[in-house]
Amino acid sequence: MSPRKAKSEPASVFSPELAARFDALVKKYPVSRSALIPMLLYAQDEVGYLSNAVVAEIARRIGITELEVRNVATYYSMLRFKPAGKYNIQVCTNISCMLRGAYEVYERFREELGVGPDGVTADGLFSLEEVECIGACCWAPAIQVNYEFHDEIKPDLVPGILGAYAQRVEDRAQDPDKDA
Amino acid sequence: MRSESRIGPRTRIKMPRLVSHPDEVKIVSRRFGMGATDIDRYIELGGYEAAKKCLAQGSDWIVEEMKASGLRGRGGAGFSAGMKWSFVPKQSAKPKYILVNGDESEPGTCKDHLIFLHDPHAVIEGTIIAGLAVGAKMGFIYLRGEYRYLLEITERAVTDAYDRGFLGKNIFGTETEFQIITQTGAGAYEVGEESALMESLEGKRGVPRIKPPFPAVVGLYGGPTVINNAETIATVPHVITMGAAAYAAVGTPRNGGTRLFCISGHVERPGVYELPMGYNLKKMIYDVAGGIRGGRKLKAVVPGGSSTPVLLPEEIDIGMDFDQVGKAGSMLGSGGVVVIDDQTCIVEFALRTISFYAHESCGWCIPCREGTDWLKKSLTRFHAGFGSKSDIDNIQHLAENMLGRTFCPLGDAAAMPTIAFVKKFRQEFEDHLNGKPCPFAREGVPQLTVV
Repeated sequence: MSPRKAKSEPASVFSPELAARFDALVKKYPVSRSALIPMLLYAQDEVGYLSNAVVAEIARRIGITELEVRNVATYYSMLRFKPAGKYNIQVCTNISCMLRGAYEVYERFREELGVGPDGVTADGLFSLEEVECIGACCWAPAIQVNYEFHDEIKPDLVPGILGAYAQRVEDRAQDPDKDA
Repeated sequence: MRSESRIGPRTRIKMPRLVSHPDEVKIVSRRFGMGATDIDRYIELGGYEAAKKCLAQGSDWIVEEMKASGLRGRGGAGFSAGMKWSFVPKQSAKPKYILVNGDESEPGTCKDHLIFLHDPHAVIEGTIIAGLAVGAKMGFIYLRGEYRYLLEITERAVTDAYDRGFLGKNIFGTETEFQIITQTGAGAYEVGEESALMESLEGKRGVPRIKPPFPAVVGLYGGPTVINNAETIATVPHVITMGAAAYAAVGTPRNGGTRLFCISGHVERPGVYELPMGYNLKKMIYDVAGGIRGGRKLKAVVPGGSSTPVLLPEEIDIGMDFDQVGKAGSMLGSGGVVVIDDQTCIVEFALRTISFYAHESCGWCIPCREGTDWLKKSLTRFHAGFGSKSDIDNIQHLAENMLGRTFCPLGDAAAMPTIAFVKKFRQEFEDHLNGKPCPFAREGVPQLTVV
């Protein structure tokens, strides 16, 4: 790498840990572009969404254009270009979940959170999303909060679930080393 | 409900409920709930012996054994795994690859979820064996993005296998090389289609490729590629251990072994049950899964994931193997048995099904892109009570014109169930006519919104 190019590179938008992980990821595959989708997802996990800066840095790291990155990112439904809540609640309403009351669960989340589809609560803590099958059909209705599965949800379990996540934020504020 | 369990030294996760029934024949699921994510425990339970045996026996023996086992692809198409492997050319200028499809996204299907959760080493061992069979030095295990916790379990298992020398330059102390790379998706049903899966793994949009050439000849990065479902691959070590003949004997003719059936919907005991191929569907619902929830009556069964045509109660006295379900006018598909009771609106069910396919269509082929969208619009309007009688025929006509007119099977997957719903439940469609409210609308139950 020429000194001039290194100088023109902006500082990384990622944490040193994630930047190191990405250094390894682009070398992991026979073709570096194979790292694109994992990088987008891991970047989103850390930054919250695919900001312009995230797209630019991933494009640079892989050596493709920003347009190519956007072209791919827009295809995948888990990837987003605006922030979600700290805890993104994804209610599966596909057939197996629907048959066992997923829409009642979804409605209850809407009521409790006071947000509509893809809405984010004012405090930024929660967002709500109706999603397609998440592969938990035999434990329906199922939801995912970020990557955590919750099975066999009934509407009256909803306040408890929300309370537990809100509590987690408070616990972390008091003890930052505690597991997220 | 999930019970708390420790998977590794640091991670505490909640496990989905496991079920059992006396009729189960546990082959693929025999290590479920036994702590086999731990490599020592896996070895203690007989793990990695099949890979060693295959190293000693050589590629031709493995392929013949797989052919003789009658093991057919568990992703849905039901193609003979041994045949698929035999199509890979022996000599190839480009590297050959094994690609394990863990994109499990067919609504009604959650079997691979349990395989990766309880027995990731079986997938790794199966991948090694597939590699030995076709002469590949590298395998990829692709999991859908939603399965992050399963990816972490699998990645730990892969690392452990490297540490033991089961993967790497000299596997099991031999001159043979085999590497495994794990990969995550980011939310796309279409990526479960084999050529779209390769596109995704190459860092592109999950749009399928035109076939031929088939992946066995020109696949990932242009090299010959074997693509198998995660359940198929996890079955491979068991076939080798049991012997092909013993495995084949468990199932019905041309349908070797067992299948992980995911029974969901309106049954008393939903769950993933491992039953012999050819097990009676009626018995599966009423005996294994405890019958219809709340003593209600059965209305319909989707036998193999949301893309398979619905069966009526009088059509379910059949053996669940690829051939018998095919003869009954449906498909065994991915093993997702969705049971529907008499309180369910089939129009709404059809609408929810087509909404899914409209959401997931990659948009490349016009019959699929426009067809799923129009079917969704028609059914939305219809279910809301604004349908006309000609809509019923139009829905069927539209779906029939999607069949076989797309590059990948997603168009068919959307059309086939729609046609069956209209044909078999025409009366229920007619009941929605003339502005009548949905006959199944209940107080306090929200009407279907659309994703």
